[in-house]
Amino acid sequence: MNQSTEIKDWYLSEFKKFENSLNGESKLPIHQLRKEAIDNFSKLDFPNTKEEEWKYTNISPLLKYNFKPASGKGNVSSNQISKFLFDEMEKSLLVFVNGQFDEKLSKIKNLPDGVVAGSISNAIKEKSLVIEKHLGKYADYKDQIFTALSTAYTKDGAFIFVPDGKIIDDPIHVLFLTDSSEENILSQPRNLFVAGKNSQVTIIEHFVSLDESIYFTNSVTEIFADDNAVVNHIKLQEESKKAFHIGRMEIGQGRGSNFTSYAISLGGDISRNDFNSKFNEEGSECTLNGLFLIDGTQLFDVHTLIDHAKPHCNSHEHYKGILDDKSRGVFNGKVMVRQDAQKTNAFQENNNIILSDNALVNTKPQLEIFADDVKCSHGATIGQLDEDSMFYLKSRGIGEETARTILIHAFASDVVQTIKVEAIKNYIEEILTKRFNN
Amino acid sequence: MLLEIKNLHANIEGKEILKGIDLKVNAGEVHAIMGPNGSGKSTLAQVLAGKEEYEITQGEVIFKGKNLLELKPEDRAREGMFLAFQYPVEIPGVSNTNLLKTALNEKRKYIGEEELDAMEFLSLIKKRMKLVELDESLLRRSVNEGFSGGEKKRNEIFQMAVLEPLLGILDETDSGLDIDALRIVANGVNKLKSKDNATIVVTHYQRLLNYIVPDFVHVLYKGKIVKSGGKELALELEDKGYDWVKEDSPLVEN
Repeated sequence: MNQSTEIKDWYLSEFKKFENSLNGESKLPIHQLRKEAIDNFSKLDFPNTKEEEWKYTNISPLLKYNFKPASGKGNVSSNQISKFLFDEMEKSLLVFVNGQFDEKLSKIKNLPDGVVAGSISNAIKEKSLVIEKHLGKYADYKDQIFTALSTAYTKDGAFIFVPDGKIIDDPIHVLFLTDSSEENILSQPRNLFVAGKNSQVTIIEHFVSLDESIYFTNSVTEIFADDNAVVNHIKLQEESKKAFHIGRMEIGQGRGSNFTSYAISLGGDISRNDFNSKFNEEGSECTLNGLFLIDGTQLFDVHTLIDHAKPHCNSHEHYKGILDDKSRGVFNGKVMVRQDAQKTNAFQENNNIILSDNALVNTKPQLEIFADDVKCSHGATIGQLDEDSMFYLKSRGIGEETARTILIHAFASDVVQTIKVEAIKNYIEEILTKRFNN
Repeated sequence: MLLEIKNLHANIEGKEILKGIDLKVNAGEVHAIMGPNGSGKSTLAQVLAGKEEYEITQGEVIFKGKNLLELKPEDRAREGMFLAFQYPVEIPGVSNTNLLKTALNEKRKYIGEEELDAMEFLSLIKKRMKLVELDESLLRRSVNEGFSGGEKKRNEIFQMAVLEPLLGILDETDSGLDIDALRIVANGVNKLKSKDNATIVVTHYQRLLNYIVPDFVHVLYKGKIVKSGGKELALELEDKGYDWVKEDSPLVEN
C-alpha cells in the first residue's frame, strides 16, 4: 500500500468518527451530499506530478501526516486574536477556530435587515433555502479530491447572505484561525457567500495561525453574485510557514455582476489555490488579482480559470510574485472564451521577481478562444530587480536595502494600490516594508 | 581641492576604456569635458558615481580628502556627489516625491542632520521646482515614466537642486534638448552655482557651454585627456572639429 492510499484510508476511517459525532445532524438533507462526496473521495486518488494540473506542485509532504479533522474550536481568547484584526474595520468580524465558528470572538454590528453573516452550520440546521440552492453547486467534488474531502466533512464555515438590493458598507472580516498546538489538525472551513440582485458586499477571508506549527487547511469557498451584484473579495493567507493550505474558490456570476478578488499569499509551506469564475450571463465583470510573497522553501501555486461562457463580459487578471531563497511559484491562468462569447474583453498578466539564485517560477498564462470578435491579451515575465533602477536610486544617496524596498513596493504597487479596502492596503504595504528593511 | 583624479584606468568586460585620467577640480569651478563619441566621457562620469560594472585597474580618486573609490555609490552621493544621467532611468511605481524625500533624508541622516518633515520638504521642493520650471504634477508621477526627453533632463537638474551636491556631474544633459529646454536647464545649473560647489559638464557639443560658461575645458580622446584649456578651447573645437584633436594626438595609441 502506498502513502497516498494509506492516507486516504485514514481520512475514510476518520469520516466514520465524524459521522457518528453528527448525531441528529446526519438526518438533514446535507448529509446526502456528504455521503456522495466521501464516496467520490474514496474513488479518487491524490494528485501527483505526472498530472498536468499538478506538474510543478508535489504534495507528497502533505501525505506524510495523519492530520486529525478538527472536532472542536478549542479555547482561544480575544487577546490572542487581537493582533490579527484591522482596527478600522472590525464592525463585522466572524471568527473561526479550527474551522468552527466562535460566536464569542465574533461580532456583527449594524448589518442591514435580512443580511445573514455567521456560521454555515446554523444555516444548515435551520434548513435555509439559500443553502439548498447554492451549497455544493459550484465547487466540483466529483473530480477534485480535496473538494470531495471538504464536502464530505461539511460542518462549519462562513455563511454570508445579502438579500436583493442591500448594500453593506463595511467589510466583513472572516478570520480563520488555526490552533494546532496539541496535534496536527485538519481544518476545513466550508464557506458560502451569496449576494442577491443589486446588492453589494466586501468580504475578507483571512487565514492565520496561533503558532508556527504543522497543520492542514483545506478550504472551499463558493460565491454567487446574482444580477448586478458587486462582490469585493480579499483572501489574505498568512498561515504558518509549516502549514499546508489548499484553497478552492468557485464563483458563479449573474448578469451584469461584478466580482473582484485579491489573493495575497504570504504563508504556508505548500499552498495551492484554485480560483474559478464562470460568466453565466452577459455583461459581467471579473477581476482576479494576486500577490504572493514567499521565501525559504515555500511553494505557492495558483491555478485560475475564467470562463467566458457569455458575450459582453470583461475579465482582468494580474498576479505578481516576489520570491526569495529557494521558494517556488506556480502560476497557471486560463481564460476560456467560448464560441458564444463575442465582445469579450480579457486581460491576463503574471509578473515575477526573483530575489535569489535559487528561487523558481513556473508560469503558464493560457488563452483559449473560440469566438472571433474579442479582445484578449496575456503575458508573463520573470526577472530580477532592475539593476539600472538600483544604481539610479543609489546614485541619489539611497542605500541598498531602502532601494530594494522601494523597488519591491513599486513592483507590487499596481496590484496593491488598487485594493479598495484601505486597511488591507496599508497592512500589505507595511508587510512589504518590514520584510525588506532589516 | 574638491576632487582629484590621478592616473585613473577603468575596464568594462576586459576592455580598457579609461587609460589614465588626471583631473583636478576646485570648489567654485566649472569644468567641461568634451570629446567625440566613444572617448570615455560617460564612462568617467559613471565611474565617479560608482557604477559597479566598471573595474578600476589603476589610479585613485580623492573626493573631499576621502578615497572615493572605496565608497559605495550611495555614500558618494551622501558625501555630495551627484550624477545627472545621460539616460535617466524610468522607475514605474516610485513617485518622484518619494524618491526625493527618501534620498534627501538618507543624506541628512548620513551627515548628522535632522530629517525634514513633510511640510518642510514640500516647501523646499516647490522652491526648487521653479528653478527648472517643472510642473508640480510631475511630482506625483512615477520617476521619469512617460516624461518627455526634456522633462527627464529637467527632472535631473531638479533632483540636483534638491540634493544640493558639492560636485554635480552633468552627463550629456544637453543631448536631445531644444533650445528652450537647454536654456532652462542651463539657467537652473547657473543658479545653483556657488563658491562652495563645482560642476563637471560632460558634453559632445559646444552649444551648452554658451549657457554654462566653463572655467576649464578638457578634451577626452581614447580614454585620455589630450588637451586642456580655458573656455576658448571649446570654441576652437567647434570650429575645427574633433578630427583636429585626433590628428593632433599622436601619442594616443589606436
